[in-house]
Amino acid sequence: MKETIFAPATAPGKAGVSVLRISGRSALKAIQKMVGIENPVPRQALYKKIKTLDGADLDEGIVIYFPCPNSFTGEDVVEFQTHGGRAVLNKLLEELAKMDDFRFAERGEFTRRAVENGKMDLTAAEGMADLINAETEQQRRQALRQMDGALAKKYETWRQNLVHLLAWIEAYIDFPEEEVPSSVADQIKEKIISLKNEINQHLMDGKRGERLREGFQIVIIGEPNVGKSSLMNRLAAKDVAIVSSTAGTTRDIIEVRMDIKGYPVVICDTAGLRETTEEIEAEGVRRAKLKAEDADLILAVYDVTKNNIDSETNLFQGRNVLKIMNKKDRVSADYRDCLFISAKTGEGIDEVLDKIGKYVEDALSLKEEPSLTRLRHRESLVECVESLEHSLIAPELELAAEDLRLSMRCLGKITGQVQVEELLDVIFKDFCIGK
Amino acid sequence: MFDVIVVGGGHAGCEAATAAARMGAKTLLLTHKIETLGEMSCNPAIGGLGKGHLVREIDALDGVIGRIADQAGIQFRMLNSSKGPAVQGLRTQADRKLYREAMQRELLHYQNLTVEAGAVEKLFYEEIDGKKEVTGVETSEGKQHFAKAIVLTCGTFLHGLMHVGPKKTVGGRVGEISCEHLTESLVELGLRVGRLKTGTPARLDGKTIDYTKVEKQFGDSDIEPFSYMDKEITVPQIACYITATNTKTHEIIRANMDRAPLFSGQIKGIGPRYCPSIEDKLVKFADRDSHHVFLEPEGLDDDTVYPNGISTSLPEDVQDAMIHSIKGLENVRIIRPGYAIEYDYVDPLEMRRTLETKKVSRLFIAGQLNGTTGYEEAAALGLLAGINAALRAEDKGREFVLDRADAYLGVMIDDLTTKGVDEPYRMFTSRAEYRLLLRSDNADMRLTEKGIEIGCVRAERQKAFEEKKQALAEAKEKLLHIGGTPRELEKLGFIVNKDGSHRNGFDLLAYEEITWEKLEQVWPELQNTRSDVVEQIEIESKYKGYLQRQEADIIAFRKDESFKIPVDIDYKKIGGLSNEIVMKLTKAKPETLGAASRVSGVTPAAVTAILGYCKKN
Repeated sequence: MKETIFAPATAPGKAGVSVLRISGRSALKAIQKMVGIENPVPRQALYKKIKTLDGADLDEGIVIYFPCPNSFTGEDVVEFQTHGGRAVLNKLLEELAKMDDFRFAERGEFTRRAVENGKMDLTAAEGMADLINAETEQQRRQALRQMDGALAKKYETWRQNLVHLLAWIEAYIDFPEEEVPSSVADQIKEKIISLKNEINQHLMDGKRGERLREGFQIVIIGEPNVGKSSLMNRLAAKDVAIVSSTAGTTRDIIEVRMDIKGYPVVICDTAGLRETTEEIEAEGVRRAKLKAEDADLILAVYDVTKNNIDSETNLFQGRNVLKIMNKKDRVSADYRDCLFISAKTGEGIDEVLDKIGKYVEDALSLKEEPSLTRLRHRESLVECVESLEHSLIAPELELAAEDLRLSMRCLGKITGQVQVEELLDVIFKDFCIGK
Repeated sequence: MFDVIVVGGGHAGCEAATAAARMGAKTLLLTHKIETLGEMSCNPAIGGLGKGHLVREIDALDGVIGRIADQAGIQFRMLNSSKGPAVQGLRTQADRKLYREAMQRELLHYQNLTVEAGAVEKLFYEEIDGKKEVTGVETSEGKQHFAKAIVLTCGTFLHGLMHVGPKKTVGGRVGEISCEHLTESLVELGLRVGRLKTGTPARLDGKTIDYTKVEKQFGDSDIEPFSYMDKEITVPQIACYITATNTKTHEIIRANMDRAPLFSGQIKGIGPRYCPSIEDKLVKFADRDSHHVFLEPEGLDDDTVYPNGISTSLPEDVQDAMIHSIKGLENVRIIRPGYAIEYDYVDPLEMRRTLETKKVSRLFIAGQLNGTTGYEEAAALGLLAGINAALRAEDKGREFVLDRADAYLGVMIDDLTTKGVDEPYRMFTSRAEYRLLLRSDNADMRLTEKGIEIGCVRAERQKAFEEKKQALAEAKEKLLHIGGTPRELEKLGFIVNKDGSHRNGFDLLAYEEITWEKLEQVWPELQNTRSDVVEQIEIESKYKGYLQRQEADIIAFRKDESFKIPVDIDYKKIGGLSNEIVMKLTKAKPETLGAASRVSGVTPAAVTAILGYCKKN
């Protein structure tokens, strides 16, 4: 076991209970020295007085000892559940830091140890991070599924398939006199093609899983003063919860994260589109257009009192667009395919939300098969498919074998089956300490 | 007093003794019978897939097996000739007598080498600073010899026990003795010893085979010799024959399975999966109703035929019935029955990469004794042990180590010393992850220079090597200066992608349909290039993209390989390692971080922990 690390597992601040976790070879010493129990019963909650190293009272609370390997990290783990106040926590941290071999944990270090000790694979660890960060019901479901190993299982099955295919080819190469039927070569080709198709299928999911993690992007565009911001305010206020509201990195794009039917949605309000010579405004227009290009759904807002519905339609090529006629209160008109609203009175907003909900559900709903959730997975899978394709046209069998070896390695990279220290470093940067 | 003593005169011993002698070490080879020096105990063939590669590698280091095989080969074939060059393997049927005689001629006149008859039964050792160190040997006649390094290559002779049905005979080979006490010496030295098994089929009288009923198989018409030093094969070439077992054969075997020592519990040792006995094949491939039997002649003036594919330890009467049920063998006379043999081996985890044992200084172990099977595997290990024994005797701290990216020999040693064996180890091309690089056409380019540097390559080969290297460099230089733009090339008859970029000779050879011969017709300066040089350049050009990728892998691999783990590391002190991993690492004692990562069950996380620990301390 490694040196002992500790960190609070709950968010700081005033609370009923605060949990602090310790993991490593000297974890038990924390109970021995601060609670005074030499051999605590494993995995049993003990309500005890917690003392400083000098023996002064610190707090009272629950202490649990999880001896290795049956713990979160696979090492000896100790949990302190104290009263949740800053002073209690600070004193506890201060005392622990004084102990030999103890140090404050780095970002994601607990989870990293869990992976290193084989308690979970990389995709499961990623699923856990997603679960902690999940803001909506559907995100939670997807993350839980991944944490339970649904993705790992899928990728490992593929990898095992490849291991078998490769073994066949190797047998064909290494035992030419052992009557390996020549039909084997054709069978292998067929299997490679079917595996390739299966992976491609998985890749062509419209980035469902990645979007469910990151949020469905809706961009509101329209000419100045058609009521874009009013619409955004209406949408945001109308829905169950505004999770957060931040001004974008550009001062003119404002993003609001929302939960619609359990799905994460990001709505962006942009600068009004018009020809302009004013430099800052022109930059705003440029960015608005750029944002619209990445949108999963565009809300095109028009002022019903003006007849300008065909402007900027080139932005809509190949993407989902919801045309919205604002200022319904001013006139009554009739355009096809449009929703009529009044951002001012709130009329028609329910309909807009309903329509958005349908788009979102269509694009993000969980399928029976687990979806790709990260770009990292996608890149490795794309590389894997390329190698598989390469293997099919390789001029010699041993070259095909080489390609299959590489594609196997690509799959292994996702679940952490290969030795990639850099990969671990990158992945664990996603984590917060104490989780 | 000798520099090096080699115990055993089989393929490992011959190679070890000559290698040590080439290195300049005063060498003694002890074998229990000089007449059986260089004997082929099992099948009369040298080479094969992976094995052919090993022979070339040994030859590149100036070893003997390739040249001897060229003097004894009676049917040369390039296996896998329909597949790519990296996985082709040269194999020859060898005339048993020619081989043995050629080997004896070679050894009995080898500079620095003394050959003496003597069965070694005991090792002498001293304890220096708490570490054991061997100093000499004693033969069964009580004769003592001392040396600065000792190489054991006893093959299957340690506690050799042969089985034919229920009948058991002590001996390392039919009609020969067994070393009954040497194992005790090894155990006393603290080495882990285990038991393995192998087998051999019956021998048939070729005069009584009905050749009209069996398929004839010819060798290649265009023969490539094993040795880089041999230009042609002068031994007469003959045909082999193929027949097959049938349902009746299988019925006979099945009806007597309870009498097979392999399944009755009489044999405890584990046999090779790759070279299964016929009774084994029937159990493992139950749905097959026929297996090939290759009828291999044992020599030009020897009527003995080796029926390859039906190795067995069934009782004699069953062997008799089984063989006579095979097409063409209905009236065959069986010269002697097949048998299985059990023998002691030393756990290869006890060896360092130099094949010196970790626990006992100056003691080297090679060949079947460290858990391998096959003449070529034995010879390769013998060669490496011989070189290192000579270096050990020299006491200058020099070592000769090959890694997985250097040679099949490096792959084998790494596999043995990091993973150990649970069955006799045989070489395959698929064991080599850098297979496209480790080819038999370039074994000399990969190894001869290293051999020259360490001192195991004699002047004649050195000269031949320098010449080839020079020719290769010149040809490569020429290729750089030919070629042209797609437009120019089109006029010359080469159709390439019209991307405007200039292509040189290497680029052109990468196209499947463009050969050196075609280039020669356009650029006459390429004419009169040595055929071995052309072959190598063609292969490298065709494999180019893949080779580049492998080279990138090799750089990463060598990084871990160059990180040495201290000999006295205590794995228990490293945090984060499970007890199981600590146990495995403590047993294998890997010498580098790379080797540690290949010990079975060692996770990437464990490797990281070891790295962290070593860096900190």
